[in-house]
Amino acid sequence: MANKVYARLDDIDLSFSDRVVLKNCSLDIVEGAITCIIGLSGAGKSTILRLIDGLVLPDSGHVYIGDRDLCHASQRQLYETRRKISLSFQFAALLDSMSVGENVALPLREHTKLSDGEIRRIVMDALESVGLSHTYDNLPSELSGGMLKRAGFARAIVMRPDLILYDEPTTGLDPIVTHLITDTIVQLRAKLNGTAVVISHDLQSIYMMADYVAMLFEGAIIAYGTVDEVRKSPNPLVQQFLRGSEVGPIPI
Amino acid sequence: MKILERTGGATLGFLEYTGGLFSLAGESAGFIFRFRIRFGETISQCYLLGVQSLSIVLLTSLFTGMVISLESAMQAVQFGVGNLVGGAVAYASVRELGPMLTAVVVAGRVGAAIAAELGSMVVTEQIEALRSMGLEPARFLVVPRLLAVVVMLPLLTIFADVVSIMGGAWIAQSYAHIAFDSFISSARQQIGVDDVMKGLVKAVVFGMIVALVGAYQGLSTRGGAAGVGKSTTGAVVNSIILIFIANFILSLVLFGGS
Repeated sequence: MANKVYARLDDIDLSFSDRVVLKNCSLDIVEGAITCIIGLSGAGKSTILRLIDGLVLPDSGHVYIGDRDLCHASQRQLYETRRKISLSFQFAALLDSMSVGENVALPLREHTKLSDGEIRRIVMDALESVGLSHTYDNLPSELSGGMLKRAGFARAIVMRPDLILYDEPTTGLDPIVTHLITDTIVQLRAKLNGTAVVISHDLQSIYMMADYVAMLFEGAIIAYGTVDEVRKSPNPLVQQFLRGSEVGPIPI
Repeated sequence: MKILERTGGATLGFLEYTGGLFSLAGESAGFIFRFRIRFGETISQCYLLGVQSLSIVLLTSLFTGMVISLESAMQAVQFGVGNLVGGAVAYASVRELGPMLTAVVVAGRVGAAIAAELGSMVVTEQIEALRSMGLEPARFLVVPRLLAVVVMLPLLTIFADVVSIMGGAWIAQSYAHIAFDSFISSARQQIGVDDVMKGLVKAVVFGMIVALVGAYQGLSTRGGAAGVGKSTTGAVVNSIILIFIANFILSLVLFGGS
């Protein structure tokens, strides 16, 4: 039986001013799986996350979440769709005027009619899932880089979204925290029984958590498959990237 | 050709700016009329943006009233019309200087603060995070600030009017020996409730300008720290220019030739 697709990018073209970011880019995000997107810095990987979240619309092509085409959705429909999707930002992007607990509670306060007690219980549960239950009253500025990212994860899962988008969750972290973060992503997927898309440069993490890997190069997906399939890809661009070698067809 | 290009570029920039400003105003008004307002945050902003501006507004208006009185009282006494000084100070304060100087001071303090705060939130992806959570930045951030400034600026203007007239009265008494009662009586003859109300109408419009320009500049921030600096400067400069233009138009409409 074919895997069910949760989100689909269909023949996307996107430019910012004169710079072409994506060209004929198509990608399926399989429901219930962790899909990792790899590629050179500045290749447009984060832009793919923003397209899936409806924060950026393409110049041409279609972005489907389920049956809904975000390119033809109203503002209201876009906001509705975003409530089912959570984006975990590279630097967490917690609101610095609020405590960690208030940050995590924010989507619940704005989108539900739950009581303060219920919200606090859900927030504590989310913080506990990422090992940060002791930071409820801390300000974001009081947390380390790894803790900030995990607090961002807690905010991302608090509405129990269908899809979580992680933008470079392990960048700039030491190997131990990187391992912890990778573990957390896998556990959260299992706990929520949801779908995840992860942008990462950390190949060890990707091998550990990915069900599918897609490689983006010059605006298009040039390789897609399971971890084994991509690792065995005959494409010299993919092989050079996975080896981390300066020698090969990728222009440095 | 270059002149044409530059003129065209400047015109497009102006249209984009005013279009963006009106679009933000319309979006914010939509939330306000549908009562989608964060009241707790609005009250908190009233304190931060309004109450905390009181001391600087009082100080500037006090000295403004004092200097108008100083300049006019000595001359007036020489020409035997010292009894008109109170009216002159009150007239200038209530109709023009009170609302406008208060707005300029608030633009410098509050407009800059709004632009810097929202600009920092843009460059640290906090605004994008709000949108990603399905929260509209206009409702979440702009509306509380807009309401706070629109409510607090008229209140600050009332304080400014009173302090300016009192400062003028004190200087008139000290330097030109114009009795306090005579000064106040002249002020009351010259200024009516309608003048005060029209001054407050000006304050409401200026409040909208300060909040919307600050918010628009902040939300349009591009780049890092330098972008935030540019937005903050732009918020103050553009607010002040728009306040001066709006003041002329409002004086023409509200006071006409009177």
